[in-house]
This record gives sequence, C-alpha cells and structure tokens, in this order.
Amino acid sequence: MDVTRQIRFIWKPLVFLTCLIPAALVVGDTLGITGALGANPIEELQDRFGNWGLRFILLTLTVTPLRQLSGWNWLSRFRRMFGLFAFFYVLMHFLTWLILDQSLLLSAIAEDILERPFITIGFAAFLILISLAATSTSTIRRRMGRRWQKLHNVVYVAAILGIWHYWWQVKLDATDPAIYAVILSVLLGYRLWRRRGRKGSPVRTGSGKSGQQI
Amino acid sequence: MLIRKPADIRPSEITSKENYLNRRKFMQSAALAGSSILAVDALGAMLPQERGAKLAGVVKSEFSTDEAPNSYDDITTYNNYYEFGVRKDDPVRNAQEFKTRPWSIEVSGKAEKTGTFNLEDFIKPYTLEERIYRMRCVEAWSMVIPWVGIPLADVIKQLRPLSSAKYVVFETLLDKENMPGQRGRSLRWPYVEGLTIAEATNPLPILAVGLYGEALPNQNGAPIRLVVPWKYGFKGIKGIVKIHFSEKQPRTSWALAASNEYGFYANVNPEVSHPRWSQARERRIGASSGSGLASLFNASKQPTLMFNGYGEQVAHLYDGLDLRRNF
Repeated sequence: MDVTRQIRFIWKPLVFLTCLIPAALVVGDTLGITGALGANPIEELQDRFGNWGLRFILLTLTVTPLRQLSGWNWLSRFRRMFGLFAFFYVLMHFLTWLILDQSLLLSAIAEDILERPFITIGFAAFLILISLAATSTSTIRRRMGRRWQKLHNVVYVAAILGIWHYWWQVKLDATDPAIYAVILSVLLGYRLWRRRGRKGSPVRTGSGKSGQQI
Repeated sequence: MLIRKPADIRPSEITSKENYLNRRKFMQSAALAGSSILAVDALGAMLPQERGAKLAGVVKSEFSTDEAPNSYDDITTYNNYYEFGVRKDDPVRNAQEFKTRPWSIEVSGKAEKTGTFNLEDFIKPYTLEERIYRMRCVEAWSMVIPWVGIPLADVIKQLRPLSSAKYVVFETLLDKENMPGQRGRSLRWPYVEGLTIAEATNPLPILAVGLYGEALPNQNGAPIRLVVPWKYGFKGIKGIVKIHFSEKQPRTSWALAASNEYGFYANVNPEVSHPRWSQARERRIGASSGSGLASLFNASKQPTLMFNGYGEQVAHLYDGLDLRRNF
C-alpha cells in the first residue's frame, strides 16, 4: 500500500477516532459508564467542550509550522480534520449554552450576547468558525482561489477571541487561558516571523530540515 | 399529627453510609479496572472520604427552610475553598489529610472578652442547631445545605464587644504547608471576611461545625466556618482561627482581589449584576430529577431572590443604604 492510501485508509480513520475520545467520554460520563459529570453537569459540559474547541484550534494552527519545521508534508492531510473537530467542539459548547444553560430562552440569550462582553466575543469567534467550516470543502476551496487562504487566516482572530472569551469568564485563576495564550503567541509569532523573513529575503523560503537555504 | 417535612430527611435515608461506601469502593475498583483515568480525575466524588462523627444534642431551628437539601455528595464534592485549590473538586481532593485538631481561636480587638480559646471550650456553652439554609454562590449556582452550628449572635454577646466595635473580622488559618492553595497567588492570604456588628448579631448567621448531623468535612471548612445565608457564599469564611472586633471596615479577600466585582456587603441581589454575568437567576445544583441525559434537560435556572429569600429577617439592616453602590 502506498503512503497516500495508508494515510487515507489507516491513519485518517485512526486519528478521527482519537479526536472523538473527548466526545465519547462526555457521553460515557453522562450515562455514568466511564465516570460522571459531577454536581454541576451543565457547567462541566460547557467547560469540557469549550476547552476541547480551543485545543483543537491550537492543534490545527500547529500543523503548518510543524510541517515546515519538520518537513513532514503528510501532516497537512490532517489539518482540515482538526479544524472541523475544533468547529465540532465549539458547536457543542455553543449548543450546551443555548439549550441546556439558557433553556432556549430568547430574551436571556439576547441579553447574554448583547450585555456580557465575554459572551459577545465568544459568539463572534463562533460566527467566524461557522464561515470557515462552511468553506472547508475542496470544491469551495478551489473555487475561491487565493481568497480562500485570506479568509481562513481569520482563524487567528477566532483563536484570539476564543482565548479572550475564556480568560474573561474565569473568576480568578487564569492559568489555563494563559497557557493557551502563550501557545497561540508562539504560533502566531512564528507565522509573522516567517512572513517578514520571506519579504526581506525572497531566497529564503524555508527553515529547519526542509529549508532551502543557500 | 406529625407532618413529615423534606427538612426531616436524614442522610441515612438518602444514601446509607454502607451503600455510600460500597458505591465508592465499587467505583474505585471500576476505575482501577481500566476505565478512563481522565474521568476518574474529573470526579472528586470517587475519592475515598471518611464521614464525620455524629454530633450529639442538635436541635432544630425555625429558620430552616423546607426545601429539600442537596445530597451529601453534592455539598462535599462541589464547592469553593481556595486554600485547597481553585477548582470545585480541589477541596475534596486536597483537604482530606488536613488536621483540624488541636484548634484554637484567637479573639482580639474591641471586646471585653479577648484571648485564645480552645475550639471545644469555645463552642461548649452553646446549643448546636441544625440550620437548613439556601446557599447562593456569586457564580450563580445554589444549594440547600443542612448545616449544624451555633448562632453567631450568641457568641458575639458572650464576647461583649465595646461600643466602639463596628465590625467583626474573621481570619482563616495561614498554613502553606497543609493548605496547598495558599502557595499560589490566587488570593492574598490569609483569607479575611467580615460583618457589621448589626449583621453579626442578627439571628441568622451561624458558626457552623457540622453538616448533615455530622462533624463538618474538611473541604467544607472544618473545624469551624461562618454561614451567612443572605450573602454570597464567599462571605462564609472557612477554617476560622481569628475573630477581631474592629472600628474600621476590614479589607476582605475578594474585595481586595477585584474591588469592582466583589464588595464588602455581598448581599444576594438579583437586580445588581456581577460586571461579567447576571445575578438574576441561579442554577440549583442537583435540582434536576432523573439521571443521565434526562437530568441535563430539566436543570433550568430559577429566579434568584432578594437577600436570597431572607429579606424578612435582614432587609431592615440596610435601610437607607444604596445597595447598588454597596454591592
């Protein structure tokens, strides 16, 4: 079996199933099989889905730098899957809030979005992710041409808003959002550094093992 | 005729100690048998817990609510006690080894009776009362908790504050070695809370030493903690070692951490939002019936009551005070 087929029929399904583990644990814990959700199950659900959403956004953003630094080009085959899992977990986070936390009460939902800034920015991040998920198919990507990459660079805005949203809602201990912020800064910093490097010296198109330096 | 009120439910009727421990044992072995380590970690309820000794001579109180109390599990595995960590399941996890004996309380400041008292001597003169109170957390969740304690007003009366004393200030033990949360910089330690003399001598506040008729579990503030049911939960300072009578309003821990979000009064007030979230509604922990999925879908929030429903007893304390400014 060649590498392409191996990725497609073995690695992709395996990675897919691995990405589903947090969701499976939620189901297992809700039903009391693998554990439990604790005394405040709705808060626990929102927390878990939100955290996994952020982790998958960061994982998605790690794919390209890691590919460039390592030269493992096959990594890019997983980027869309990670991105869609990020959307999936953020969607679950949103639905938990909408249905379980707010019980679909429109007035309370509108008040939350309009009057609670941390919810406003979380909602904005969610809207961005919807547009990215909706344009993630190969056909649309081809049709959009260079505009596709421009649009999808907005994922960094969604990541910033998402971490900000998390940071803003914690009562006191901001360790977790701070860790996410550090990771995002490194990833964003790397991209900016590379972009500057490319503009400054057009010869230098890469670095690390796969670099094509003269 | 005897009418059975929900307030009469004893822990033994909710979950017998035997079943409770058996369930723990079962869950532990299930966990060991290979179910997810993450899931076990996420659940404080699975940690082995010794329950406190039965308290003798506890009388009922007219101030108790008829609402059904939360389960022992809910109360002891989901709470804030930053001295043992910032997560809700940190206290149950990290407070088990904490030593609460010997324990003494130092009374100081503007009072006739000051000095250091052994805990047992300190509470001996008073009758233990069961007070089933609503507890409203500033984070917009709530519980009903069957505390056992002594009326704070009786204690204050015994200590005979001078007329110059305007506030009662409480302090938690400072013990970085045994209170891991104090090693971090989440709050300024030791934790400080306070009440006006008028609030402290109201019949509602108690110094709690028990829960569900048993000695207070470590994670809930053993051996002695404050309970002020019409205020947000963070006013209920735990592990008290100092009581000080002061002329000045104390700088309390949460007000020091974020003065725009947490005030000295911290009265439960659905009309005054926290800067980041509404206080109009609250989620009653454990209010949903059924288990599994069903429990998630009928756990809607309930309206928060002014002074947490204790307005009749305490509203007069704040006549003429702007509660929007003095939040």
